[in-house]
Amino acid sequence: MRNYVLRRLLQSALILLGISLVTFILLYLIPADPARQIAGRSATAKTVANIRAQLGLDDPVMIQYFRYLGGLVQGDMGRSYLQRAEVSVLIAGRLPASLLLMVSAIVTELILGLTIGIIAALNRNKLADQTLMVFSFVSISAPQFVIGILLLYFFSIQFQLLPIGGYGTFAHLILPSLTLGLLGAGWYSRMMRSSMIDVLHQDFIRTARAKGIAKRQVITGHVIPNAILPIIAMVGIDIGLFMSGIVVVESVFGWPGIGQLAWQAIQRIDIPVIMGVTIVSAIAIVLGNLLADLIVPWIDPRIKIK
Amino acid sequence: MTKIFLAGLAGIALFGNVALAQVNEKAPQGGSMTVTYKDDVATLDPAIGYDWQNWSMIKSLFDGLMGYEPGTTKLRNELSASNTISTDGTIHVFKMKNGIKFHNGREITAADVKYSIERVTNPKTQSPGAGFFGMIDGFDSWNAGKGSELSGVKVIDEKTVEIKLSRPDATFLHVMALNFASIVPKEAVDAAGEDFGRKPVGSGAFKLAEWTPGQRVVFEAFDEYHRTGVPKLENVTFEIGLEPMVALLRLQQGMADTLGDGIPPAQFMQVMNDPNQSKNVIEGGQLHTGYITMNTRMAPFDNVMVRKAVNMAINKDRIVRIINGRAVPANQPLPPTMPGYAKDYKGYPFDPEGAKIMLSDAGLANGFSTELFVYNTDPNPRIAQAIQQDLSAIGIKAEIRNLAQANVIAAGGEPDQAPMIWSGGMAWIADFPDPSNFYGPILGCAGAVQGGWNWSWYCNEKLDARAAEADSMTDPSKIAEREAAWRQIYVDIMDDAPWVPVFNEQRFTFRSDKIDGDGTLFVDPVHIPVNYDYIFSTQAK
Repeated sequence: MRNYVLRRLLQSALILLGISLVTFILLYLIPADPARQIAGRSATAKTVANIRAQLGLDDPVMIQYFRYLGGLVQGDMGRSYLQRAEVSVLIAGRLPASLLLMVSAIVTELILGLTIGIIAALNRNKLADQTLMVFSFVSISAPQFVIGILLLYFFSIQFQLLPIGGYGTFAHLILPSLTLGLLGAGWYSRMMRSSMIDVLHQDFIRTARAKGIAKRQVITGHVIPNAILPIIAMVGIDIGLFMSGIVVVESVFGWPGIGQLAWQAIQRIDIPVIMGVTIVSAIAIVLGNLLADLIVPWIDPRIKIK
Repeated sequence: MTKIFLAGLAGIALFGNVALAQVNEKAPQGGSMTVTYKDDVATLDPAIGYDWQNWSMIKSLFDGLMGYEPGTTKLRNELSASNTISTDGTIHVFKMKNGIKFHNGREITAADVKYSIERVTNPKTQSPGAGFFGMIDGFDSWNAGKGSELSGVKVIDEKTVEIKLSRPDATFLHVMALNFASIVPKEAVDAAGEDFGRKPVGSGAFKLAEWTPGQRVVFEAFDEYHRTGVPKLENVTFEIGLEPMVALLRLQQGMADTLGDGIPPAQFMQVMNDPNQSKNVIEGGQLHTGYITMNTRMAPFDNVMVRKAVNMAINKDRIVRIINGRAVPANQPLPPTMPGYAKDYKGYPFDPEGAKIMLSDAGLANGFSTELFVYNTDPNPRIAQAIQQDLSAIGIKAEIRNLAQANVIAAGGEPDQAPMIWSGGMAWIADFPDPSNFYGPILGCAGAVQGGWNWSWYCNEKLDARAAEADSMTDPSKIAEREAAWRQIYVDIMDDAPWVPVFNEQRFTFRSDKIDGDGTLFVDPVHIPVNYDYIFSTQAK
């Protein structure tokens, strides 16, 4: 077990190294000169050259990369070109909001997805099943910015129940987590439905029923716990999905997390910030996957790690 | 560059016969207003900030020696009590007002002026505004990192500063009114280090009370501000992270008082067609021109006949309709509200038939293929399509290259990359209301360098000499003569047709019923979206 974890951590470190290299080179290839951006339109060529030298932009790309990497292992992600503040400070200031949104979206998607999946499986091929599956199909397909704006329109403008974007109270959290959670809810409801149907056809369920256990008890005591196992493993992998989702959702709702930071940085080609957010997201995704792999044998001892 | 390289003085309704804004002395003090923005505030350091959003915020936090009358482009003494110019136009002496304090309570002295100008021109500061101060004596060596001071700025006594210029320059007082010339306290800059942009200390009407990244920035009135009765508002809150459409909904629900990013284009007609909403929209001019550049170093645009033909091919009225009439058609580089605008100049007529004849005279009867570079955000691709259709009507086949802003700017800065560029979203907006500001970087030889902004690569040395001569007319009695000289320079540029001037954007400020003040304050040329210092709350007692 310990060897396995160590091996996986080593693999993760290599993956992160690869991601940082590819991202760095891609950003380097963008035909935009950061020194010119900092210098502004009234700068002379001399000023631009001077700034380029100060930032070390004249060095070969690999030297720049290793310099960045050297800073990174010491926790230094450089300074934002635009905001002229430490990237690590900018990201740290925004992580709590993103984590809060992510946790709340995971709770939302699990509650919604599992409930829908269970109801659908128990009413297989009936009207309720078909309606819910259409719903899950829509929630998987609809772009998140459309769902976000529709929810805003109905709940904040028409019914005036919730605030129009922003951050701070529980009320502010509802619509963004719903928008983010609906996509996952669609996936989970479909997975839960088929997983339930699988389990319902297993021999031990028939045996349980034959023993005379009430249907209700069989479902809550045997079917759901068995059907839910493969789903839990998915949550870790979900983090990757969230990382792309928060860029859109945080922008629509004015949620001050790293997704919003990334979007602003991309629009203004603030390379150190784009780089920093990419690294942090990559770490989150790699850790999420690792966590998923470690959780599965813990909740289902039938699965063994080698 | 709407976002990145903003410049200050956009709207200008009142140049020429300047009427001062009716600053309502009796307006009550107190109350607050909320301004919405999509993006985080980049910085509030006056030496660094150079975008739409922080330009006006910095104006309210800091003061320079010079400023503008509210709602106008008329220069006035701000921290200076008076200023004099030597007869040869090279020595400016500023006498400062007494008893003006920074937000930290310390009184401002002449040494602070020297420190602030040396700071902005110091290469270590990396200020995007350093180049504006190039006329100050000793700038070249100081800005190259040599020497221990900027020799042209001298402290005469506690309240007197003398600034020596290396050449007479009629724009110098405007430069001293730029944010980059704001006076900052050395001790606060030293204490904050690189984070001064997050912990600004100035002497403006407001001081920073709160800054929560991604959420809000709050200003509160500075009690010891040097103008009594100003500011009117007790607080200004900037709500950050709101998409323009969400921001509009907030304003309509009474949760915001003005839109920092403006009325979203998709909702513009809806707002304007509703009398209840449109009564709160104030329209003003902008010191802006949108244009198509033609690279005069790339065939066939090296032929003036081809450039003239393109000028005659573009249907500008249709392009203005595409953006819902939020602009007026242009026929010359200067916008109508800029001094020096040639009212009687007719420009090139819209005449596709004439354009075709001109093309065939140039030996291109069968037309040619080229590329049109465009910034990929709405409405620019739609405008580019209209241009493409107009060009195809005279036989020019233009392929549209939709690119990110930085990529278009990079292509324009290379001598052989972009045959044509539509400037939308990156277009020139003057830094200060003076005709010279539309020349040097975008039409003069100095800008026709790698990485420059003269995307036509147009360089006419005779015009350069005339421009330098016009800018040396510093004698206040020669204002009209200088203006006429500039007027003729721009008309002569059009004979060489390096650009197709397409339109001048108008400004539309949407405000709530909770704030009020003279209309000019809401389209203030220097304060975008509004002049926070003089607007008052209708709910204050």
